[in-house]
Amino acid sequence: MGYTITEKILMAHTDSKDIAPGRLINARVDIALGNDITAPIAIREFRAAGGKKVFDRDRVALVLDHFTPNKDINSAQQCKTVREFAVEHGITHFYEGGQVGVEHALLPEKGIVLPGDLVIGADSHTCTYGALGAFATGVGSTDLAAVLLTGELWFKVPESIKFVIYGKPQKWVSGKDLILNIIGRIGVDGALYSAMEFTGETIRTLPMADRLSMANMAIEAGAKNGIFPPDEITEEYVKPRAKRPYTFYTSDPDAVYAQTFEIDASQLELQVAFPHLPSNVRAISRTGDVKIDQSLIGSCTNGRIEDLRVAAGILKGRKAAPHVRLIVVPATPFIYRQALQEGLLETFMDAGAVISPPSCGACLGGHLGILAEGEKSVATTNRNFVGRMGHPKSEVYLAGPAVAAASAVLGRIASPEEL
Amino acid sequence: MILKGKIWKFGDNIDTDAIIPARYLNTSDPAELARHCMEDADPAFMTRMTPGDIIVGGENFGCGSSREHAPIAIKAAGISCVVAKSFARIFYRNAFNMGLPIFESRDLVDAIAEAARITLDSTQGSITVEGQDRKFSISPIPPFMEQLIADGGLMKHIAGK
Ligand code: SF4
Repeated sequence: MGYTITEKILMAHTDSKDIAPGRLINARVDIALGNDITAPIAIREFRAAGGKKVFDRDRVALVLDHFTPNKDINSAQQCKTVREFAVEHGITHFYEGGQVGVEHALLPEKGIVLPGDLVIGADSHTCTYGALGAFATGVGSTDLAAVLLTGELWFKVPESIKFVIYGKPQKWVSGKDLILNIIGRIGVDGALYSAMEFTGETIRTLPMADRLSMANMAIEAGAKNGIFPPDEITEEYVKPRAKRPYTFYTSDPDAVYAQTFEIDASQLELQVAFPHLPSNVRAISRTGDVKIDQSLIGSCTNGRIEDLRVAAGILKGRKAAPHVRLIVVPATPFIYRQALQEGLLETFMDAGAVISPPSCGACLGGHLGILAEGEKSVATTNRNFVGRMGHPKSEVYLAGPAVAAASAVLGRIASPEEL
Repeated sequence: MILKGKIWKFGDNIDTDAIIPARYLNTSDPAELARHCMEDADPAFMTRMTPGDIIVGGENFGCGSSREHAPIAIKAAGISCVVAKSFARIFYRNAFNMGLPIFESRDLVDAIAEAARITLDSTQGSITVEGQDRKFSISPIPPFMEQLIADGGLMKHIAGK
């Protein structure tokens, strides 16, 4: 009986002989991530347990991206806690100020996470790195503290669910639409405790940016991890970035899956998730007339340069509707500079956009774009729970950059085809 | 362990933004977090609940972010345990890692009314509802998780090794 890519990566990181879904194993961690919200608790726990030295200063990433630039005194204190810890332990991958980007865009971009790695992060969207063919999963702060101390953590081996995607997607349809559609089909707990493995002919030609968006939202179906088989596209992305060796694992032909779904991507329209669940998905032609107050283009899901290019292409020579606040958040300083050099920022400014520094900002209702009571925002982010971007009576509609840009111009949820 | 208390019933997919909204995540102080526990699911929750009460949820309780602030807020609010049909996996890990007792019981959730009083016996694996004869079963906790709780959470478990 063969193994899935997820099982193979877990096997390579444990001494347990016996890997099968449902088993509890102890595994070695390649990279452990924390941010300005989750790391302070982990640091407190690490110290309380008498921790003096982290397991490996090159394998810890601390990224102050959520409430930064510091939004208030409390968040400044949290950042200070993490900064002092990073200095004390000589953490190699510590990012703040002008170096900081949204963690899940930053770590792949910098080549910190690589194919075949076992990555844990005290942030649920750590699953993003599955796009590279890594096993990556979100955990809590206490888990992070345990890894800081020992370099190891307990895992329950997940079952795998296979998504075979075929057909050429229509114009504008991106990885974001694919993953929204999948979450709409299986529900927010459709992959609970499981690995989501994405394969098929559409995936083989899917750009890395789209793979990252898809793996990013695996958690929105309750999954432990989302994963893509690494290929030439992976190699092309990783090779210039990697500073240590990496391994490509692929699933055996006779690997066992709990379920298999087949999806014809050629039939897919642009997708929008209505409040208040990422599974509340409708095709763009069935969205009706939803007036919006804000359009947010950014986040770890869709704040990459490819997303900004799509949005700028639509916004070029156009303006956001007068009552719409258009906010663009390049996810990392590198992307920000690229957007500047390519003239995208000028296009956004001409369209009336506010350009935010790289930050989680409004994505989690932190700062830099909070919604008032009754307001609606279309957003390229990944969650639309009650109160996610502000007032509990505000609403978030999730979509890809093409819909977010077109909606900003028309002042209502819209397809770029309507322009 | 035996836990007795009045229950507060919530629906499916209670996410961590409902349990503790991100606007309060600029601190990890348990007392401060507890003040806003369940605020976006029920704004009056903290004024109405009393310590020892039990939260009952539907499917996928605790979905969303990895914030440990969610189980911290629930624990610091004085909630004695959470019973749900199923839990989101990071919330499940976090609860055990920090010693908040949580239990899965499908039948109970459908059969129970708001404000009922229950007695949960984790050794027997059963829940009884005041005024009802029926006994509801709770899914057994894996031995490793029991060990975690017995050791007082993940960090103490590691320290003991
Ligand atoms: S951009 Fe949003 S979803 Fe991504 S890490 Fe930041 S807060 Fe979380």
